Amino acid sequence: MADWFARGRTSLVGRLFGTFLRQSRSIAGVLVWIGIAVVLAIIVMALLAPFLAPFDPNTKVADPELPPGGPFVMGTDRGGQDVLSRIIWGSRVPLAIIAVATTISLALGLPLGLLSGFAGGRLDRAILLVMDSIYAFPGLLLAIAIAAVIGRGILNVSFAIAVVYIPTYFRVIRNHVASVKEEPFVEAAIALGLPRRRVIGRYILPNVAQSIPVIFSVNAADAVLTEAGLAVLGLGLPPGIPDWGFDISLNWQRFDASWWATFFPGLFILILTTALTFVGEGLNDILNPLLRRRETKVGAEA
Amino acid sequence: MGGSTASLRAYVITRVILMVPMLVLLLTFTFIILRVAPGDPVSTIYGERGNPQVIDRIKTELGLYDPLYVQYFRYLHDVFTGHMGTSILTQRPVIDEIWSRMPATIELTLSSMLVASVLGIGLGTFAGTRRDRLPDFGTRLYGALAYNIPIFWFGLILKLVFAVWLGWLPVSGRFSPRLSTPPTVTGLYTIDSLLALNLPAFADAVAHLILPSLTLGIVLSGFFVRITRVNVIHAMGSDYVEAARARGIPERSVFFRHGLKNALVPVITTMGLTFALLFSGAILTETVFSFEGMGRFVYLALSYRDYPAIQGAVVYYGILMVIISLMVDILNAFVDPRIRY
Repeated sequence: MADWFARGRTSLVGRLFGTFLRQSRSIAGVLVWIGIAVVLAIIVMALLAPFLAPFDPNTKVADPELPPGGPFVMGTDRGGQDVLSRIIWGSRVPLAIIAVATTISLALGLPLGLLSGFAGGRLDRAILLVMDSIYAFPGLLLAIAIAAVIGRGILNVSFAIAVVYIPTYFRVIRNHVASVKEEPFVEAAIALGLPRRRVIGRYILPNVAQSIPVIFSVNAADAVLTEAGLAVLGLGLPPGIPDWGFDISLNWQRFDASWWATFFPGLFILILTTALTFVGEGLNDILNPLLRRRETKVGAEA
Repeated sequence: MGGSTASLRAYVITRVILMVPMLVLLLTFTFIILRVAPGDPVSTIYGERGNPQVIDRIKTELGLYDPLYVQYFRYLHDVFTGHMGTSILTQRPVIDEIWSRMPATIELTLSSMLVASVLGIGLGTFAGTRRDRLPDFGTRLYGALAYNIPIFWFGLILKLVFAVWLGWLPVSGRFSPRLSTPPTVTGLYTIDSLLALNLPAFADAVAHLILPSLTLGIVLSGFFVRITRVNVIHAMGSDYVEAARARGIPERSVFFRHGLKNALVPVITTMGLTFALLFSGAILTETVFSFEGMGRFVYLALSYRDYPAIQGAVVYYGILMVIISLMVDILNAFVDPRIRY
């Protein structure tokens, strides 16, 4: 079991990384590098927030609604708090949400997709029906319903977002498994009488795993946007935690008087989500020329 | 041909029958989520310090003390017989609330879909035929930015620039209070005012619609740009386009009759999937522009734990999504004969 895992992992990560490095000087590669650089910069900003932020994010440090300039590079908000400091501290929330939400989605979507695609038949159809019902439902509305019920907090919001994206992982993985299952090497493995767990782990998972980084980056960007949406609707984190989405919800009604307090947090959301998309699109081009074909197919199957 | 028509009919019938379990699933899910959750509408509205006896009486009247399975079957029965109850918040039948707000959302979604398809398909085709050249990158960048922009924030910016600073368009709402609304036929102000031949009212309704539908439409166009671009590239590199070129068909005709036509098939069917995205976006867009549609309704209902209203809204969205996905699947089966489940 242990050596199986080790071998499987080396070959998989090695292959993904190798393909990536070989192509990293193509335009898609540059896109990925820019994206990764921006995401890393934001991670560093989140980690070093106590050292980088010029003021305490939760204290009134000046008059409310001072325009950008002087010591307040991005101005102050309605509460007289420094917008820049709040943005620096606020980067922690979207990153935490990404980490927790995508982990939950993947942890549920991947096994379900493997099971459904591999088992086929009635079980497959039943899971598909449930997943399609979730998928067809407006994502934000679903997240709102769950968040309204389970309340505020990073874990709660992440969970609400995670549920929305389980079907995305599920669908891609399931379709991929269903097609890989027909490949001769998988049929051979089944014919040889290998245990099912081994067939899935050794022959199917490594071939399917290449689509995970791409879904992950799309999922991560969507998670940030959904969290911001929830925050704007008052369903985000409890007040007191600096968060880009929450800051928008605090200040948007004064947008015409002090645009900076709303504009900059939104701009940072856009920078983060776009960087994540760059990573996803670039990886898509590099790792997975198949996915492009599948994108067309998904459209045709819809 | 007769055989394929028969199988298409069988397919449509299967899909229609499948609607029922999907809806029941959705309803059950809503029921569980709302009942398992702490908090109830009566306490939310009357507050913690409300008279406990009054709260108790109202809860009994609403059947909130009945066993859960009784509540569940009563709920299913009500939904399938068209009784969605009375909104606890507004004291009006939920179905009336939905009917009065639905046109606003329909008007917004349709006009956004128009903006998104024109922009998305236009730019996507433009980029797809200039693959890996500067216009392609520009368009892809536009696609990435548009798709990733926080919709709420984008709406605020458009509102600030075009409504507050420039004053070209109204700031919020669906219609100016100084004009009288056109007689209700469809509930869509644009169409009703046209039917009444009331041009000032029409102009006013359109002016109110421009910013919200640009907001939602541009965000959605990011998705369309991607899908169109990929499919145009795919179609223009295909064997049938190659074959058409080899036969000496002029490039223009190759592009429009062979390339684009085939590229748009998956694009059109993908549009159905984007309705879920559209309704999500509409909730935020309606909030920014105080556009009184279903999105606002859902938000208010949720804030007050107004069970009947939430359930009504979920049923409404559920039915809508199931019908849309059914229509998309059928449309799909028509345009692409290879697809049969």
